[in-house]
Amino acid sequence: MTVNYDIVVIGGGPAGLAAAIAARDAGCASILVIERDRELGGILNQCIHNGFGLITFDEELTGPEYAARFEKLALEGGIDFMLDTMVIDVSSDKLVTAVSQAEGMQFIQAKAIVLAMGCRERPRGALNIPGYRPAGIYSAGTAQRLVNIEGFMPGREVVILGSGDIGLIMARRMTFEGAHVACVAELMPYSGGLKRNIVQCLDDFGIPLLLSHTVVRIEGQKRVEAVVIAEVDGHGKPIPGTEVTYPCDTLLLSVGLIPENELSLTAGVELSPVTRGPVVNEVLETKVDGIFAAGNVLHVHDLVDYVSQEAAVAGRNAAAYVAGSLEENGVSVPVTATDGVRYTVPQSIDPERMPDELTVRFRVGNVYENRYVSVYLDGDRIYHRKRMIMAPGEMEQVVLKKAELLAHPGLASITFKLEEA
Amino acid sequence: METIHLTCIRCPRGCQIDAVVDGGQVVSITGNSCKRGEVYAQAEATNPVRVVTSSVPVVGSAMHHMVSVKTAGDVPKSKVFDVVASLKGVTVTAPVAIGDVVVSDAAGTGVDIIATRSA
Amino acid sequence: METIDVLIIGAGVAGAACARELSKRKLSICVLEREEDVCCGTTKANSAIVHAGFDAATGSLMAKLNVRGNELMGPLCEDLGVDLKNIGSLVVCTSEEDIPGLQALLDRGVANGVKDLRIVRGEELRELEPNLADEVVAALWAPTASIVNPFQLNWALAENALANGAEFDFNTEVTGVVRDGDCWLVSTPGEEYRARCVINAAGVYADSIHNMVSDDKMEITPRRGQYFVLDTTAGRHVGHTVFQLPTKLGKGVLVTPTTAGNLLVGPTAEDIDEKEGTDTTAAGLQELLAKAPLSVKNIPFRETITSFSGLRAHRAEHDFAIGEVEGAPGFIDCAAIESPGLTSAPAIGEMVAEIVDGILHPEMRDDFIATREGIPNVEWATDEQWAALIEKDPAYGRVICRCRKVTEAQIVSAIHHPLGARSLDGIKRRTEACMGRCQAGFCTPKIMEILDRELSDLAFSDVTKAGPGSELIVGRDKELEGGDVA
Repeated sequence: MTVNYDIVVIGGGPAGLAAAIAARDAGCASILVIERDRELGGILNQCIHNGFGLITFDEELTGPEYAARFEKLALEGGIDFMLDTMVIDVSSDKLVTAVSQAEGMQFIQAKAIVLAMGCRERPRGALNIPGYRPAGIYSAGTAQRLVNIEGFMPGREVVILGSGDIGLIMARRMTFEGAHVACVAELMPYSGGLKRNIVQCLDDFGIPLLLSHTVVRIEGQKRVEAVVIAEVDGHGKPIPGTEVTYPCDTLLLSVGLIPENELSLTAGVELSPVTRGPVVNEVLETKVDGIFAAGNVLHVHDLVDYVSQEAAVAGRNAAAYVAGSLEENGVSVPVTATDGVRYTVPQSIDPERMPDELTVRFRVGNVYENRYVSVYLDGDRIYHRKRMIMAPGEMEQVVLKKAELLAHPGLASITFKLEEA
Repeated sequence: METIHLTCIRCPRGCQIDAVVDGGQVVSITGNSCKRGEVYAQAEATNPVRVVTSSVPVVGSAMHHMVSVKTAGDVPKSKVFDVVASLKGVTVTAPVAIGDVVVSDAAGTGVDIIATRSA
Repeated sequence: METIDVLIIGAGVAGAACARELSKRKLSICVLEREEDVCCGTTKANSAIVHAGFDAATGSLMAKLNVRGNELMGPLCEDLGVDLKNIGSLVVCTSEEDIPGLQALLDRGVANGVKDLRIVRGEELRELEPNLADEVVAALWAPTASIVNPFQLNWALAENALANGAEFDFNTEVTGVVRDGDCWLVSTPGEEYRARCVINAAGVYADSIHNMVSDDKMEITPRRGQYFVLDTTAGRHVGHTVFQLPTKLGKGVLVTPTTAGNLLVGPTAEDIDEKEGTDTTAAGLQELLAKAPLSVKNIPFRETITSFSGLRAHRAEHDFAIGEVEGAPGFIDCAAIESPGLTSAPAIGEMVAEIVDGILHPEMRDDFIATREGIPNVEWATDEQWAALIEKDPAYGRVICRCRKVTEAQIVSAIHHPLGARSLDGIKRRTEACMGRCQAGFCTPKIMEILDRELSDLAFSDVTKAGPGSELIVGRDKELEGGDVA
């Protein structure tokens, strides 16, 4: 038997909830959110530290509190939920197949879908760290779940590889619970984490951050006994002779997040090799008609507030799609990222259909000081603003104005780049 | 006179700021690139504060083993470990609502520790 | 002390195959395993190939048992619920000059009794395997080669032996073997065992066991092989097991799909001293990156999800050492089982059982249970098959490992099967949970919870990755003493 919904949102984390709420508020009356966990909120439930919501709520909340606010809004009515339910397939004609212990296999036909499955952590294997494969190697998020949700400590003497925010947060968390964090090693010459986290999670506790360092070997056959850390050269290659052995029982990895798009692929959604998320247009619609994407499944964010904002856009547009008010003009101007800009979201814009103001989010590929962010409409520079500092760890954004795009009839390309002057 | 070295957290640049403090008063701030750095250094050099977050075991909840908690407001940075220590052995019993006081006046800071999730 | 008819040292695939074959007879059988589970040594870390049988020297034991093992493997896997795919293999060469080398392999294969071998080239070859490197000019095609799930095979053989009366003692390392009248006394840190026949299937340690009873010393060299495992998204990059023709420059590495749908690249071949040396090295992994593209182009190494290394039990003579040891009546070596050991395992079981027959002259049983059911896999099931499983047990509807689509029912089943899993790796080898792209990041705590719930003698905090010493947890929150904090 197949049930029908106007909009099916896959994922009940911050992106999915914001998308569903926005779609409902835009007038859609038939919305289903499918969540694999037993409760809503997604990964926020284990992010018990504070710092969420400054933009959305103008106050500093913890992850569970931020999730609870959205959950409350979502539960006000008009949205159905399936919890403890795993989507196993999405077809290009928007038939969603899901399984759960309570309901068995279910088929849900949607008119529109919002992909909001989030991301996963890069595992050790993707890094090719040589050595043994003992117990005691955890991704930072797994350790976070063990400590915060299960109430168990995965180690006493800890080395952290990668200075992503979850790794930094876990340095402090493990310290609070009585573990000793020997150091955080970061391959790059800069940290991927927020300055605030470096200061308040490392500096506060005297935990050294070793930039341009990496783990070159893991010792210990049953449980980690030591890791060897070496300095790396400008190409990320370990410099012989710089190896230092850190005795420890635990190695936490915080080496990057990957949008989790296996379901998107089953639906035939095209992915960007840079973001590893779907390629989307100005309404956050993927290359498959009526399938939208938002949040970390689209591209990895550093602030949940931006996830909520982006997902609300996707939700509203999904509602408009269902209502038939999202007209196709057949115009799609590609947005090109170059000269230091790694990618943009969206990757194409229809100037006719875009809202009066459209937020384009992007990341840069290196640390840049005093560079200009420039936007060109064909050869015409319409945006040129100096930023004191840009880093790969922090998402940037530029707001494009519809009027300016419309002032360029026959627009063929939009280019985002960094310029020295 | 004491010089306090700080890393500014207001933006990714992370300016290295030296704040010279004399008798609890900041007499000079150098190394910052902007006004926000000055404001940060002023506060961090004289009265550094933090919000402490942790989690405690909950009994009687079908869904949860732990309830996350935080200090209801800032506590002095020097008291952070005392606040953490005040949670040792603390257990809560379901039902718990967000905002419920788990430890009152944690470590003599005058700040309560409250639940940040329901269970 | 009771006297056991046959005591087998080692619960890898060779030991398990011997146990199963012997359990067809009216014999008391006990298998001693040093690790906490079956499949913890050489069997768990190899290329997982069912070789056709053209590689080994004609007339060698390897050649004979390879070809026989290849014949037996299909029906055996069918009987025991083990994943096997008959995808065929290609040995490729990149120079016209090397074609005589392919021909020599073909001739040797024919002499060994391998069927259907053929040299293919040109368009036919590209059609068979579109992603071969552009430089490849020809290949020896062996349609009888397959890929098999080695973990399942080892487990299934052991479990079927158990169902037929064999006993298994884990965490039991053999420390001594001495003659005692017409029997053998086998000591371990715990119990002592007395047996009429002893089978030495101790993998890389088979030399030390052999040397306990014989003056004709054996030496096994651990030959390390390092591998990359790529995500299932890369699993169809090749459709066959693609070997490189050994040349003056070396043996080359293979690229193959696995039964779990991943792409496997490896192995290196390094003789090392350390019998626990299952570590990977920067140089070894680099070697794979350099060599694999010689036979297959555009390998998406970005999809690598893990790397591992395994040890082959290599002997300078380069042949299996199977037989009753001279001067040690009833002590049977089943040693130096390096490649094609996995393929040969069913035939090794047959051969060892025949040797035992010659010593103990047992009767055959008429109540032998020949089949066993594995754990259903929902990842490759159709919607209808999956729905039917949920109908039978709703826990098939709760996905625990999202990457490999492994459900709670499968994990519970892996725990409660006769030779059940007690560790994360035990669950992994039986169900493929933790083997996906997140490499256990999401499912570790969930599987720990299930192990805690299902096993009354195992608490959450005592769950290990792979047996004693590999505990995953060091204590509860706030319980660590003397946290050295700033």
